[in-house]
Amino acid sequence: MTLLGHLSLWLAFLVGLWGAVTGFAGGLQGRTDLQRSARHAVFAMFGALALASICLETAIFRHDFNVEYVAAYTSRNLPTFYLWSALYAGQKGSLLFWATVLSLFAALAQLLTSGRHRAYLPFVAAVTCVVATFFVSVMLFAANPFERLAFTPVDGRGMNPQLQNPGMVFHPPMLYLGYISITIPFAFAIAALLSKKLEVDWLVAVRKWTLVSWLFLAVGLLIGMWWAYVELGWGGYWAWDPVENAALLPWLVMTAFLHSVMIQEKRGMLKKWNLALVIGAWLLSIFGTFLTRSGVIASVHSFTQSPVGYFFLVFLVVAGVATSWLYASRLPLLEADAKLESMVSREASFLFNNLLFIGLAFSVLWGTLYPILSEWVQGTKVTVGPPFFNLVNIPLGLALLALTGIGPLIAWRRASLPNLQRQFAVPAVTGLFVLLILLVAGMRELGALMAIGLGGFVTATVIQEFGRGASARHRQYGEPLPLAVLRLVGRNRRRYGGYIVHMGIVLLFIAFSGMAFKTETQATLRPGESATLRSPYGHVYTFTHLGISQYDALNRRVTAALVDVSRDGKLVGRLKTEKRQHVDALGRNTFEPSTEVGIRSGLREDLYVVLGGLVNGTEQAVYRFTINPLVWWVWFGGYVLVAGGLIVLWPGGGPPAVRRTQAGYAVKLESKA
Amino acid sequence: MTPRRQDAMLHVDRRAFLTMGATSLFGVLASWRHGVAQDSLAGSGPAGKVPDPASAGRAMSVTTAADTDAAYQAIEKQLKCSCGCGLDIYTCRTTDFNCTYSPGLHRQVVALAEEGKTAQQIIDAFVAQYGQQVLMAPPRRGFNLVGYLLPSLAVLVAAGFLIVTLRRWTRAAAVEAAAAPPVPRGSVDASPAELERLRRELERLPN
Repeated sequence: MTLLGHLSLWLAFLVGLWGAVTGFAGGLQGRTDLQRSARHAVFAMFGALALASICLETAIFRHDFNVEYVAAYTSRNLPTFYLWSALYAGQKGSLLFWATVLSLFAALAQLLTSGRHRAYLPFVAAVTCVVATFFVSVMLFAANPFERLAFTPVDGRGMNPQLQNPGMVFHPPMLYLGYISITIPFAFAIAALLSKKLEVDWLVAVRKWTLVSWLFLAVGLLIGMWWAYVELGWGGYWAWDPVENAALLPWLVMTAFLHSVMIQEKRGMLKKWNLALVIGAWLLSIFGTFLTRSGVIASVHSFTQSPVGYFFLVFLVVAGVATSWLYASRLPLLEADAKLESMVSREASFLFNNLLFIGLAFSVLWGTLYPILSEWVQGTKVTVGPPFFNLVNIPLGLALLALTGIGPLIAWRRASLPNLQRQFAVPAVTGLFVLLILLVAGMRELGALMAIGLGGFVTATVIQEFGRGASARHRQYGEPLPLAVLRLVGRNRRRYGGYIVHMGIVLLFIAFSGMAFKTETQATLRPGESATLRSPYGHVYTFTHLGISQYDALNRRVTAALVDVSRDGKLVGRLKTEKRQHVDALGRNTFEPSTEVGIRSGLREDLYVVLGGLVNGTEQAVYRFTINPLVWWVWFGGYVLVAGGLIVLWPGGGPPAVRRTQAGYAVKLESKA
Repeated sequence: MTPRRQDAMLHVDRRAFLTMGATSLFGVLASWRHGVAQDSLAGSGPAGKVPDPASAGRAMSVTTAADTDAAYQAIEKQLKCSCGCGLDIYTCRTTDFNCTYSPGLHRQVVALAEEGKTAQQIIDAFVAQYGQQVLMAPPRRGFNLVGYLLPSLAVLVAAGFLIVTLRRWTRAAAVEAAAAPPVPRGSVDASPAELERLRRELERLPN
């Protein structure tokens, strides 16, 4: 099977090269035979890479430990669930997974793109073939997943225990899907530049893809946060790790694009900017991959250092130079169709929104790369950790939250003063009222006050928009209000789905602010002894150590500690926290013992219990007890954000905005006035 | 005909059946609550040996007052652990219980504090020993000020540039509108008031 897999990689490489050459040549010369050939090459490449993935997965399931990758990341007693995820648990397998999914997306782009946008497809085939061929070449020349060992170990090393968590089964592929799917909008952008068809058409063709990519990145980031919270045991979900930052960067740029694209669709403005955003998001996705795989910056996520990083660096530089040149050469063709009419307009607010998104992305990138810059300029190595990022990014994040509320309240083209008063009165009063309540209640954390106060403001804007829309339907069609709300969302999914995403963002910001009130303690307890901890809401929690038990599970020896939890003297539940010593099929230890956290999650706060270890091998246990306020709302906010994104993405639901623009009501109104 | 087994079991009327069901359900719930309450241990018991201490990770020592001291935590949160985890000393020693570096670094903080050193002196001592990278964030002086201020400055400069550009655009739009040939009278069958009403209605349209 490995030979077949290796041959499939070579086949994908050759077919990919062919698809790139025929796609570019066919597109530029208008030769339909070459264009057809490029399209077929995309399908063939997907077939070859899917076969290679099946071969590697087969080797994993057969426990063929003569294959270096299988021996390095699996063992005989690894649960089946994780045998699936072993495909992307290591560097080499994840490259294969990446290339396969990219070729799948490339094939879907060829199949699903409507006839109106056919002119772009040869170039899209060529660009996707170039990118996928690059990934295949990395495997063939630097990181072959089918490499064989000179001997066959009795058992494999097994999977890192921290990866043996459901979150880790879904977090990497979701992020990969997000990263990978950015290639399709990028390919359409390059196709638009090459074909000089730079009108709004290419945006319409990629709108769904950009949303898919944004949504996958969001889900990947959220699952990653959840995994970090439940698995790593430090009681947080975001540490500004370079690789976390690398995933956040393209998401921020894509979010900016999803807003600014509306201006191009409605007003024919920002053509240069939108192209730059799509190209920038893709380059950042490759940059993130380079960071993860090069080890250039220390990170908990880094794969083992290998020459793979140099491949990515060269690819990044070449792709950056080539796309910049192409972009610069087409700038004269990218003049705006319309002019901005007022500083106080939806367009202007979107521009400031874009400024903040890109500013935030720059700030995160700057902090991530600052250690390298500092060493280069000052000759001093520095660490850029959470204190730096929080100081620099929180003000920008809060400004963005404010714009989340302001943007939807300002009319397109030109907002009048009465219009502004009518729109802002209720939300502004609501925000100030929330702030006042918090101050009276004794809250003095500036960041939390701002986040929750602005959250109140944005929530009021969203409710106001829903309320006005639904009551208009109620008046016009006599629909009951709940039905009017449902139809309102159903008929204009993009707008109201977007507002639901805004609500998700509000919930996330409020939940993030809860971490300012985190409390924790450490205690050593004998069975029956208790430790107490006061929550920010004034309740006293008592944690009583019940005892330790040890038992064998499928691929590990478990040391479990049980803790009874009481709130203000009343028993509320029991938590279990574990130490797990993973073993291979022969009973040999594979990794250092890992910790499983005990969590009791509630709307107000999470109780988070970690077994540190045992004293002198007895039942006397060292614990860390933490109370994390509002964490449940992070996950709920994530659900709301994803639900909003899915509503926007769902097909149907009224004509696309571009058709209204083409109808040109704005122009007609102008001529009348 | 041979009666089926289930036929023989249906000699209970519906009301009796429902009463039995409800009683059983309440019984189960009551015993469950009772059971949870009873399982709690009262008082402290002996800490017996566990069968396999090695599989429970590194042996720990009993928590001391210094381990939970807020002042030490505040210092340790500013200093990076040298194990390569990227976390601060406090978070590492209370998270990665396998780490062999953070307990030693914690002891070093406590020892320096017991010598009478202030928080800043302790931090300076760590910088002198391990270099500037032991700090979780670069000190706010010299070139590092560029590191702290550049993102905000860049956003402010870009905002200024954006405002100037937007002004230019809006002026150009106004000039173009003024220079546009007048619309012949009679081509629009609407009064200015009607047009204003139309504009307001269009603003209310879903965007």
